[in-house]
Amino acid sequence: MARRHEHELNMLTRGEYRRALTGGTLGLAGILLFAGLGTGALFRAGLSGETTPLFDAYMWRVLRFTLLQASLSAILSVGLAMIFARALARQPEFPGRGWILRLMGVPLGLPVIVGALGLVTVWGRNGWANAALSEFGLKEPVSIYGLTGILLAHVFFNFPLAARVLLAGLERLPPEYWLIASNLGMKPLGIFRLIEWPEMKRQIPALGGLIFMLAATSFTLVLLLGGGPAATTLEVAIYQALRFDFDPQRAVRLSLLQIAMTTVLLVLLGLLTKRHAEGATAGGASRRPDGRSWRNRTVDFLLILAGTAFVALPLASVAAAGLRADLLRLAGEAPVHRALLTSLAIAAPSGLISILLAWMISNCRQAILKARAPRPAARLYAASLPQLSSLILLVPPTVLGNGWFLLIGPARLQPAAPLLITLINSLMALPFVLSILDPALAAHRERNGRLSASLGLFGWNRLLHVDWPALRRPVLMALCFAMALSLGDLGVVALFGSDDLVTLPWLLYSRMGSYRTADAAGLALLLGLLCLALSAAGTGNIKRMNGDG
Amino acid sequence: MADPNDIFMDAIELKRGDLDFRFHCRMPAGRITAVAGPSGSGKTTLLNLIAGFEVPDSGRIELSGRDVTTFHPAERPVSLVFQENNLFAHLDIATNVGLGISPSLRLADKDLARISAALQRTGLGGYEKRMPGTLSGGERQRAAFARALVRDRPYLLLDEPFAALDPGLRLSMAMLLKELQAETGVTVVLVTHNSSDVRRLAERVIFLEKGRILADDETADFFDRPGPQPILDFRGRDGGM
Amino acid sequence: MTARLKTLILSLSVALAAALSGQPAGAADKTLTIYTYESFTSEWGPGPKVKEAFEKSCACTVNYVSAADGVALLSRLKLEGAATKADIVLGLDTNLIAEAKATGFFAPHGIDSSAVKVPGDFKDDVFVPYDYGHFAVVYDSDTLKTPPKSLKELVEGDPAQKIAIEDPRTSTPGLGLLLWVKSVYGDKAPEAWAKLKNRVLTVTPGWSEAYGLFTKGEVPMVLSYVTSPAYHIDQEKTERYKAADFEEGHYIQVEVAGMVKSAHDPDLAKSFLSFMVSPAFQDIIPTTNWMMPAAATSKALPDAFGKLITPKKTFLMSPEEVAKNRKAWIDEWLGAMSMN
Repeated sequence: MARRHEHELNMLTRGEYRRALTGGTLGLAGILLFAGLGTGALFRAGLSGETTPLFDAYMWRVLRFTLLQASLSAILSVGLAMIFARALARQPEFPGRGWILRLMGVPLGLPVIVGALGLVTVWGRNGWANAALSEFGLKEPVSIYGLTGILLAHVFFNFPLAARVLLAGLERLPPEYWLIASNLGMKPLGIFRLIEWPEMKRQIPALGGLIFMLAATSFTLVLLLGGGPAATTLEVAIYQALRFDFDPQRAVRLSLLQIAMTTVLLVLLGLLTKRHAEGATAGGASRRPDGRSWRNRTVDFLLILAGTAFVALPLASVAAAGLRADLLRLAGEAPVHRALLTSLAIAAPSGLISILLAWMISNCRQAILKARAPRPAARLYAASLPQLSSLILLVPPTVLGNGWFLLIGPARLQPAAPLLITLINSLMALPFVLSILDPALAAHRERNGRLSASLGLFGWNRLLHVDWPALRRPVLMALCFAMALSLGDLGVVALFGSDDLVTLPWLLYSRMGSYRTADAAGLALLLGLLCLALSAAGTGNIKRMNGDG
Repeated sequence: MADPNDIFMDAIELKRGDLDFRFHCRMPAGRITAVAGPSGSGKTTLLNLIAGFEVPDSGRIELSGRDVTTFHPAERPVSLVFQENNLFAHLDIATNVGLGISPSLRLADKDLARISAALQRTGLGGYEKRMPGTLSGGERQRAAFARALVRDRPYLLLDEPFAALDPGLRLSMAMLLKELQAETGVTVVLVTHNSSDVRRLAERVIFLEKGRILADDETADFFDRPGPQPILDFRGRDGGM
Repeated sequence: MTARLKTLILSLSVALAAALSGQPAGAADKTLTIYTYESFTSEWGPGPKVKEAFEKSCACTVNYVSAADGVALLSRLKLEGAATKADIVLGLDTNLIAEAKATGFFAPHGIDSSAVKVPGDFKDDVFVPYDYGHFAVVYDSDTLKTPPKSLKELVEGDPAQKIAIEDPRTSTPGLGLLLWVKSVYGDKAPEAWAKLKNRVLTVTPGWSEAYGLFTKGEVPMVLSYVTSPAYHIDQEKTERYKAADFEEGHYIQVEVAGMVKSAHDPDLAKSFLSFMVSPAFQDIIPTTNWMMPAAATSKALPDAFGKLITPKKTFLMSPEEVAKNRKAWIDEWLGAMSMN
């Protein structure tokens, strides 16, 4: 059989193809090395201690519950996001649509405790929902503690991201599709089945996998809203192993179990992902005649309002609590200024590193996928690249942090801590960045690849004149997302936290831990506003969030 | 004189942002009318009004003798062909054409036969299972014609259908359109910026500028007009053929 | 944007360079490095004042390195091993002592600790107490008119009146409650937990989350400290939040500090431990750490402390007993709390 020329259809020169492949592989290797070194160091540390059996009745229960709640969280988040994204896509003229999208960027950037207390204000025993319902004579009808609360919180944190990614996908479809569909008389169900679902279906395995991982490794939310130790995830067991038990080996083995469990799931999901052609679009505003009928408009408006309220109300309660704090005094405090600067100084580079890694990985993946007939192994590699790099989410930051702590040693910790925190944060954000960047890059290559090739645009020229203008929007969106994520992170900072490395969430927790709840509420408001600002910057002032800016 | 099957745009007014459109015209039934004019003159807006993607602020649109001004696009007796993306990239050719028969894809055997016949007629025999991405631009447009054929509506609206094709293909596609029109007697509105298309296909020309109708002529008269300048510019391009 | 980018990249590479060069600790002779927990060193905590007071008398510099809490502090010490820079470790509690001693990192303090007076009479030759607090159920007197008067009443009371507690697997107060129930109920503890379970709204990973739920009004009771109301009285001028006085008595948390074997100036470390049990240090504790001083203060405690309850009896298990049974008791707790 003749040797295939793999660079032919991806419109890359031989050198570019090789570079893309090398880049992605190096990026992936770097990530795996980083995770492996940290985990390995921790594993070695525990060699002396006696080991407790990994599987007992307790662990099986934990495993089962982890799987159950993570699967349900992923299914619910994605399902609701589909409904919401579809309604928003169908109403491009919805008043305040841009701000709704910006709002959707906020939850993921909030420290979990802030979001959780916001949710409690709305859904808790004495929350707004119960107050409203008791007007109708019901007594405490909503109780969130237990699986309900965990799912509620996971949906609150993850559904907005899923909705944004799915919406971006729908808006990347050629605008003619909607015109043809309504000209042909396709009904909403038919449009969903034949146009919207095929598009969403491509994103769902990656999105679902991502949310599954986030939910599986959830810790604070699970304990806080779980109502008791019946709700325990593997992550709790890992934390427990590292804390009171100080059994690093067990922590590492549990982490490996967590990774193995999720890998199986991701592989299954990955098998569902199919490659499909990208329509080229002439650009221009989406016109959705199918959203104009009185009935569809009413349905969509109600759905959009419900989804927005679900996200906005807890955020509003966070804001309301924050406004009661002594904001002027807080704004004048030197520790707050320092924490703000520290947070930004960590968030910005970690966002940039995330983008760089995502670019390398996505570029490599697209190069392989767009090759005329990639070998099966290469295809598998390309298909699993994002998943492989997302697995980093499953290595608990405590394990990674403690491992690197050992590698570096106390003497060098002080100077190395900011660097480590930045790196770990950037890796934790990578899956999100990929979920935004990869589809955008795929669409862009499909659309403009041939043209740039025919114009002889390669290397820097293409990057500067073709790629950057077209991908500026998604890159910016991903960067802002990554920064927001890093801004809200507490876990990693808490490990290395020393007095000259206090971030905003760290300061917030510290105030909460010393009875100063009002201060904490004020800082939560500040964090929320920062996330909103980042989300606004990432969304820009265009209605459509697709790649053709 | 007025055939109820004419497309009748009666005192249409529409404001979109800074642009202000006024159309009052009639496109004769069973013939090909070209809509030409510089870009931004309102050609696509005019087409969108007929298709129902735009609703006028005032005025009426009549199709088949009925006032369809407030009708949903799906309720109007028109078929559409755009410059590109006429086919859903993830559905095969037969499915794409089949959507013209049943938008929910409930297709009986005789429908499948009609699809194959339409593909045969447009020169795509045997392409049923091919995906749009594997076809050339011209072939994709032929598939779009095949869909219009099975859809069998009295009006066919075309928005720059040949603009993405090279000149040789352009000519053969134009011939195909002319033949199909002659066979079916469909009323065609062809938006184009190409004067050769106008000359070789259209029997009537509506020329737009800045949202107004500058000329509404038989094709021969249109090419004999002494002015105004925008029309002379338009005719001057493409050197007549 | 680009300019800022450049600055960022620049600062990043500086950090990298610093990390690689492995700049050693500024090992000036008269430096005392204290490992402690974060709320001790925060600007509201005792840390800054303690540093100022001690530096006045010792002609040395005090450096703090802080971990998230007492447990993290011990973990960090274990991770660092012999390479640790710590001279003093301050902020472990009695439940961690056995494990801390097992590391072999600590040296006997060798100071006169006779000034120390803590309920339960905790004495140790390695660790010196600096403050203490009894665990207590703190309630909101606005919404809870008839608080439980005993642990028994808490366990058997109206399940509609909820309490937020902390998880013994992840937090010190959570472990405290576990030991408290064990002290009172002994072998009957699982049954007590099975009953109490119905009153437990949720089990949070740490004190902050539980207390946050409580002050939000989500739950009328929370497991906290006898001293908690003092903060609200002193800083917020409200007596709304009160600690329930339990007939059986209260479990105590004693916070201690110890000297690391490898301390590079053992005399300086010792003099800090002596300073720690003197009024100069003890005066700082009540209104910064919101705990009870472990030794005499030079002036009377603030008024707010006068309004606190005084537990009639103190429970305290020996560190060895806790270390030996912790795992089994947590499993017991898990079993009782996970039952449906």
